[in-house]
Amino acid sequence: MAITLTVNRKHYAVSVDPEKPLLWILREDLRLPGTKFGCGAGLCGACTVLLDGQAVRSCQTPLSAVGAAKVTTIEDIRSVPAGKHVVEAWIDLDVPQCGYCQAGQIMSATWLLGQTPDPQDADIDAAMSGNICRCSTYLRIRKAIKQAAAATQADKAA
Amino acid sequence: MNAADAISRRSFLSASLLAGAALAFHVRLALAAENGAPVGTLTAFVRINPDNSVVIGAKNPEIGQGVKTMLPMLIAEELDVDWEQVRIEQTLADDKIYGPQSAGGSRATPVNWLPMRQAGAAARAMLVSAAATQWGVKPDALITSGGMVRHAASGRSASYASLAPAAAAVPPPAFETVPLKPDSAFRIIGTPRRGVDTPAIVRGAPLFGIDTDLPNMVYAALETCPVFQGVIKSHDDAAALAVKGVIAVVPINSGIVPKGQKDALAIVADSWWTAQKARALLKVEWDLAAQRHFSTAGYEKAAVSSLSGAPQSDILRKGDVAAGLAGAVKTVSARYDYPFLAHATLEPQNCTGLFDQDRLTLWAPSQAPTGGRKQVADMLGIAPESLIIHLTRIGGGFGRRLMSDYMVQVAQIARALPGRPVKMIYSRADDIRHDFYRPAGWHGLTAGLDKDGAIVALKDHFVTFGAPDAPVRAAEMEATEFPAQIVPNIHFGASWLQTNLSTGWLRAPTSNAMAFVFQSFLDEVALAAGVDLPTLILRTLGEDRLLPQVGRAPQFNTGRARKVIEEARRFAAWDGKRPDRWTGIGRGFGFYFSHAGYFAEVVDATVSKSGQIKVDKVWVVGDIGSHVINPLNAEHQAQGSVIDGLAQAIIGQKIDQVDGAVVQENFDGFPLMRIDSAPPEVAVRFVTSPYPPTGIGEPALPPVIPALANAIYAATGQRLRSLPLRTAAV
Repeated sequence: MAITLTVNRKHYAVSVDPEKPLLWILREDLRLPGTKFGCGAGLCGACTVLLDGQAVRSCQTPLSAVGAAKVTTIEDIRSVPAGKHVVEAWIDLDVPQCGYCQAGQIMSATWLLGQTPDPQDADIDAAMSGNICRCSTYLRIRKAIKQAAAATQADKAA
Repeated sequence: MNAADAISRRSFLSASLLAGAALAFHVRLALAAENGAPVGTLTAFVRINPDNSVVIGAKNPEIGQGVKTMLPMLIAEELDVDWEQVRIEQTLADDKIYGPQSAGGSRATPVNWLPMRQAGAAARAMLVSAAATQWGVKPDALITSGGMVRHAASGRSASYASLAPAAAAVPPPAFETVPLKPDSAFRIIGTPRRGVDTPAIVRGAPLFGIDTDLPNMVYAALETCPVFQGVIKSHDDAAALAVKGVIAVVPINSGIVPKGQKDALAIVADSWWTAQKARALLKVEWDLAAQRHFSTAGYEKAAVSSLSGAPQSDILRKGDVAAGLAGAVKTVSARYDYPFLAHATLEPQNCTGLFDQDRLTLWAPSQAPTGGRKQVADMLGIAPESLIIHLTRIGGGFGRRLMSDYMVQVAQIARALPGRPVKMIYSRADDIRHDFYRPAGWHGLTAGLDKDGAIVALKDHFVTFGAPDAPVRAAEMEATEFPAQIVPNIHFGASWLQTNLSTGWLRAPTSNAMAFVFQSFLDEVALAAGVDLPTLILRTLGEDRLLPQVGRAPQFNTGRARKVIEEARRFAAWDGKRPDRWTGIGRGFGFYFSHAGYFAEVVDATVSKSGQIKVDKVWVVGDIGSHVINPLNAEHQAQGSVIDGLAQAIIGQKIDQVDGAVVQENFDGFPLMRIDSAPPEVAVRFVTSPYPPTGIGEPALPPVIPALANAIYAATGQRLRSLPLRTAAV
């Protein structure tokens, strides 16, 4: 039986096992490979997506748990106001090295800015410590989040 | 025929007009080793499109080290185009065309620095020659910039694209006669350039091996023998095959057991998740008997026992170490050790293959596709030329993907399913438990000081894996280990243990461990000598000179070492004072020369009352030659290397083995550095020296580990001689 799913403002009907994790539905069934497989256990954050704006680990989220929630992935993160600024700061500061974790980092950073418009270092540590960067691009991640926060604030002020 | 003649005869450039009036240059250059002997050829590929945009081929695997940006920068510089005009295309893997294509040893910069520039300069010369002929002027009356040729006297100018038809007919110049730009004219080299893939990465574009997507593709998970070198005795796949979506179960050989034996079962399904689920239903009887006795506890026991005896073989004997120690005013002895480590690339090992009509096509996130081609051809019994290898972007290398097991594995699965593309993916547990580990090691060291505090004798008993003159991969120790080339009396000996684990190169291989051992021990020696570590090293280095070449290792230049050490002292305002009490706050120093790069680093660390280590700041000073080609990336590589090194020290990274099998399975057991444990600041400074540029992917890593261990000593008085570092409460 087909289950309806809303991803990146589009509706999809998928006929798969409801226990199949959202990560693999995105990658295999919807052909949205930007969300990455890292650990399969919710330990690395590479598979982070937004579910109704909330950062979740898609490898730990079975289809049955998604329901009517709206899924946003890296492919459409620019549609979220803070997400656009996060992506731009990521490019400006050239944050990625290998780049594999960065979709997850960007999702968590976008969620952080939605919660905490002017994050301090402790806020960044708390929100981002679930996202591993094996290349250790953490110094630029921290800087980019602050830059994106400033740009998002400036948008609101304008 | 001398070496130079051999090189010029094997070098050529061809230009051809493509459909749509694009101009393609294929520049083939013979590559010379440092001693001038030809070692291979390299082809650079440049295409000038009718709109005057330029496509440059990137030939080396991109693992995050920035090579896909850096090598084309060299061509673009000498071709004299604006970086904004340039688009980069990843080439296929084919060493017959492109020369060395590996991402390892920080070699891409030294190997390509001249040839890539010569390629760009030769292509530029043909365009200039075409313009000169058209305008009836001498080539040296013309200048170029931004992809245009200009004649100042007449005010004429032409785009490279408009000169394409004429340039295609110009006889190619001899490479030796094509002048390269003087440094003062560089407009790309030495300027900060963002990674060429950065915009695609943050868009979520399918760049990585694991993102490969082909029509009709199926997915494979692997049930691999949990114990290395164990093989399948028997298996029952009926329950797994009965799962909806499962297509086949294929026994394969991972390349680490004898041919004919099988040590893994590939479960192929219409979804990787389904394949992984069905895997639990396989019934496999493994033959593990010969491997079960290997364990971490066993290695430790054997190592300690070895250290109490004499080494089994010599690495270096120089002077008379016994006499040197007997005559010493002071001696210092200590034992150091470090564990096996996994690479834990964030993109799990994976590979996609399609076997069709006796041709195998692979989409491989490989750091060493040439080696992979050979091993796959050998395993399948097909000609190496019948393989087509696409290089994908790589989600972290760190040396793991210098090995080709995933290519060998997917090749066998693909052959069992001809015409179907198969994407094989390791689970995280597979990835951590089937790595090629940085080998553990144990050292028993003694140094002797004379009355002036100079090191007169040094001995090390190194317990490692393999056999005399046949260490397992990355388990060797160099006879050039500092300060062996300088101190008059040296004995480096080794004892050898056996392991069933596969070992391999981890970023800054051997150096990542040796730096910890030797620079920590030298800090102990410096303390005995009544000086700080930089003073002891500078005193030991002596006058500026080049130490003798040994084997293929890069030569050690004591003057370059001195400069980075002095600059690091200035940069960090190092005062050299030893603490008079333990405050929990300390500063440490480390220096190391590896991968042709000289790095001196200072760490400020705080140890809490409960023994928690926090790194407050790191200062890095490096010398990687005359130019830092892309400073934006070089800074980032140094910072990443430093934090990577700290991860080996402070978050408990180690691989343990029980009953022959690796214990750790995921990032809970084998932790990776997270943002809340990373230092808030890593300050990087490069000093330049008049030598050709060298790589930056590795040499900044080794010195940070001893610098931290030395900082912890300064903070607490605890001398930590075992990795990962574990402090007691203070």
